Order: sequence, then C-alpha cells, then structure tokens
Amino acid sequence: MGSLVRSLVQYIQSYLTSDQTPGAAGNMFWALVYIMLVFVGLSIAVIAMNWLERKILAHMQVRLGPMRVGPHGLLQPIADAIKLLLKEDLIPAEADAVLFWIAPFVVVLAAFTVFVVVPFGPTHAITDMNIGILFMLGVSSLSVLGIVMAGWASNSHYPLMGALRSSAQMVSYEVAMGLAVVSAILMTSLNPSGTGTLSMIGIVQAQLAQGEWFVFKFFPLGLIAFFIFAVAMVAETNRAPFDLAEAESELTAGFHTEYSGFRWSLFFLAEYSAMIAVSSIAVTLWLGGWLRPFPNLLNTPTWNLVFSFLPGLSFLFLAAMCFFNAARMPKHPLFRIQTIGLAGFGVVLALIGLILFVPAVSMRVQDISWFSAKVAAFMYLYIWYRGTFPRYRFDQLMLMGWKVLLPMGLGVLLCTGIVGLRSEIWQQILIPLWHII
Amino acid sequence: MTPIATPFFFYLLAGIMLVGGILVITRKNPVHSALALIVTLLAQASIYLMLYAPFVAGVQIILYAGGIMVLFLFVIMLVSVDRSMKERQFNSQWVAGIIAATALGGLFIAVFTKGSSLFPDHALPIVENDNTQNIATQLYGQYMFAFEIASLLLLVAIIGAVVMAKKKI
Repeated sequence: MGSLVRSLVQYIQSYLTSDQTPGAAGNMFWALVYIMLVFVGLSIAVIAMNWLERKILAHMQVRLGPMRVGPHGLLQPIADAIKLLLKEDLIPAEADAVLFWIAPFVVVLAAFTVFVVVPFGPTHAITDMNIGILFMLGVSSLSVLGIVMAGWASNSHYPLMGALRSSAQMVSYEVAMGLAVVSAILMTSLNPSGTGTLSMIGIVQAQLAQGEWFVFKFFPLGLIAFFIFAVAMVAETNRAPFDLAEAESELTAGFHTEYSGFRWSLFFLAEYSAMIAVSSIAVTLWLGGWLRPFPNLLNTPTWNLVFSFLPGLSFLFLAAMCFFNAARMPKHPLFRIQTIGLAGFGVVLALIGLILFVPAVSMRVQDISWFSAKVAAFMYLYIWYRGTFPRYRFDQLMLMGWKVLLPMGLGVLLCTGIVGLRSEIWQQILIPLWHII
Repeated sequence: MTPIATPFFFYLLAGIMLVGGILVITRKNPVHSALALIVTLLAQASIYLMLYAPFVAGVQIILYAGGIMVLFLFVIMLVSVDRSMKERQFNSQWVAGIIAATALGGLFIAVFTKGSSLFPDHALPIVENDNTQNIATQLYGQYMFAFEIASLLLLVAIIGAVVMAKKKI
C-alpha cells in the first residue's frame, strides 16, 4: 500500500516537472485532468464575471448593485443559478422541438471546445495543434450555427430577427478579424528559418524570441491590427455596443427570447466563455500570452524573484480588501454572519496567496497568472464598453465592418508584408553588399 | 502520438457522414437538410484529421461552416417552409440519376478491388508537425500557377456576382 502511494506521488511529481503539454506527451490521464481544471476554472470565471459585471456597471452608474445576498452581494450568482435551475423549462408549442433542444448545446460546445488549444503557459495547455489559431477561429465560428438554430426554431418574430442580425454581424466581422489575425501570423515568420507558425504556443514563443510583443512590432502596424481585432471581437461575441442581436428595446431579448431556465443559462455560460476565448486569442497573438513584462531584458535572478512574488501579492491584496470591508461592516447583530463570512473569504484568499509564495508553486503557475491577468484586463474592458458606449444602429454596424475595418485590415496586412520583407532584404542583401563595398 | 482505435473512429465518422448525407436528401424541411449537410461536412473534417491533414480539416470547418451558414441564411430568408413541405421531393429524372449513381458506384467498387495495384502498399510516413508549412511550400512553390489560376477564377466569380446583383455600377 505504501509503495503504491509513493509511486503515485512520484508519478504526479514527474508530471509536475515535465516540460510538455499533456497532448504532446500523449498522456491521456493528464489531458483529462487538464480538461477538468479548465472546465472548472472557466465556470468559476463566468460566475465571478457575472458578479463583477453587475457590481462594476452599478458603480459606474453610481448605484450599489447587488448587496443583499451575502456580503456585498457575493453570493448573488449562486442565488441566480438556483433560481434558473428551478424555473420551469418551456418549449413553445409551435417551436421546432428538436432544434430548440439542440441549439443551446451547440453554442456551449463551440464556446468550450476552443479552450483545447488555449496556452495558459508553455506546458499548461491541453494540447498544442499545428493549426491552433485556425482551430480556434473555426470552432468559435460554429457558435453562430447554434444562434441561428435557436432563433429559427423558436418560431417567433423577435428571435428570428435577432438571429438574422447576429449571424449577419458575425459573418461580416469575421472577415476583418481574419485579416488582423493573418497580419500577426505573418510576424511569427520573422525568424532565421523564415517559416511562421499557426500553433498558439509557437506564436507566443515567436514573440519571446523576437523580444517584443506583436502589438509593438512594426509600430504602428501591430497596434492597428490589434485595434481591429479588439473591435471585431466585441462584435463577434455580440456584446455592447454591438449587441444588436439582443437589443432589449427593439427585440426583447433577441435569439433567446423564448428560452427559460437551464437552457437560457447555457446561452449565458456560452456568451461569457466565448468572451474569455476571444480575449485569450487577442492576448496570445498580440500581448505575449503567458510572458511576463520584459522577460528578456529583466532576466536576472533578482527580477525573477520579484516577478514571482506578484501573483501571491495580488491575492494578499484581495484578502486585505476583504478584511478592510469586513471591518467597515455595520456593527449590527443582523450583519454578524455577513461580517464573519467576508472575513472567512478573506482568509481563504490569503491562504491561496501564501501558497503562491512557495517557490516551487510560484515558478510552476506564474505563467498561468500572467495569462489570466491579461485576459482579466480584457474582461474589464468589456464591462467598461457596456457602461460607456451607446448601441450602434444596424447600418452603422455594417458600415463600420465593411467600409472601415475591412480596408484597414487589408492595408495593415499589405504593409506588414512589405515591412517584414524589407527587414529580410536588409539582412540578406544590403548588409552583404555593404561588406563587399 | 500514436493513433488510438483508428478503425472504430473511421467507421463512426463514416457512419455519421452517410446518415447525414441521407438526411440531406430525404428531409422535407430545407432547414433540417442544411443542418444535416453541416453535420456531414464536420464529420468529413474529422476524417481529414484522421488522415493527418489538420490544415485541410481546419479550412474545411472555417469555409464550409461559414459558407454553408450563408446558404442556410438564404434558405431561411427566401424559402417559405410551409410551401416547400407540400412540394414533391423527387423529380422525374430518376433514370438518369440511377445511371449516374451506378456508374459512380462501379468506379468505387473497381478502385476498391484493384486498390492494391493502384496505390503504393506501404503507408507514407506521418508528418503532422509541419503540415501547414509543407502545404504552404507546395502551394507557393510547385503549384504556384494552378493556385493563381484558381484565385483568378474566384475573382471572376466575385465580379460576376456583383455585376448580376447591382443594376447600376
């Protein structure tokens, strides 16, 4: 028995020091563990996002937001989930029952499958594919199928209008998005061997090798491509200010008007995980994925140590915020449970932060924490957009997609090609010529 | 990574493709037909993956899911489902259809029986890791001319579509 436990521990240890993704190592068991971890992590992120969005939007509009369920409304998402699960599951009488039933699953599958190739770190991806970015774009474009199915199968006017709008929007912004992605992929080929890569891990490694994030490469070309992608990805996920598909004032709720309970919550889950997925594409392609700031420049042991403290420090900061607010809670007996709960949450966060200070742990997970921090910045942007911009009209949206972003994308692609070629000419022709002269 | 349970997955995917293909032509509702077609095309993409051609599989998903999506939209927008449900499904050219189907089936059977003499009997080495890069070198090296001709053909089709759709240019 003891030897079994020891060999099990050794097996886990041998994996924890491995330098391959489970997919590359061909290890079924670890691949399954990673899939479970990604699934749980995503679900927690969606729950957190649900709470954060309501709180941040409320504070932007000088409101308090959810305050009743738990301290500062922290348990509100759980209450919502219970409410959604207890609701009656309706299928309209005139609806196409089979398609109505399948549609939410198609959307959720498309939104979750893309995370197979998302690189949370050089070894922290479920697998690395030769066609990584192509796979992400292709599978995430399948979610429009589910939206159209939902809209059509509801057999009602508002959902159908919402679905048509949403698919027209997604099909048109995919073009600009693809052009921006191609210009980033062109940049990966600027290495001695001259071949680029579509693999998500390869793209980040190319940025490490070239010593700069692609958003700063060929300034301002990388920045413009990143901007095009950042606009197109908001349109692609049907979020404000491009949320015409579910414009409440015009279409009640768009394609999911007829859905209730669990099926509606699947659409909700898919929307938020699709937001996380496109944000991680943007982070991988332009913002250096899991790389910390200045990985080549500040590469002394001291700097490594300083940067390895940051994940733990951020958790300790959150814990300190919890304690601060627990101290500020009203001193009424009715609030005692809430105060204790908030302090308890702070203790949990502080414990996680302290674990992250252990050198072995922090070395292993700091790439994940940088990746998540960058994605989190994008998620905050999504909320900020929703609090700031008014909704576009449909013709303005199409004009923006086809007459502004598409020509910009073509121009950036062309310029990136020319500039990339120029540096190659510089290296291979002009410098030898100079030596000859 | 060594392949796992190849025959099982091949027969599974081939079965899905066949069922999908049959549903495409037998469903009366055009929307159901379009969806069955998408299922067939996705199963086909998976078969490309099994053949160690990930790039072709990815392109298949992007182009056909995107392209068929547009077709699907037009079906929804232009065809009245109620009327098309009442229309007759099969046309009267079944004689020509049977001849064409028999000829194609005969070809398949011939290739299957004579396969050992037509194809090399050893499997090619599996190159998965730089599939995309290899396709790029082939496409822009050896097959440059054919590739450019194909893109010219597509350009003609685009211009033709614009000319036909727009009354005043």
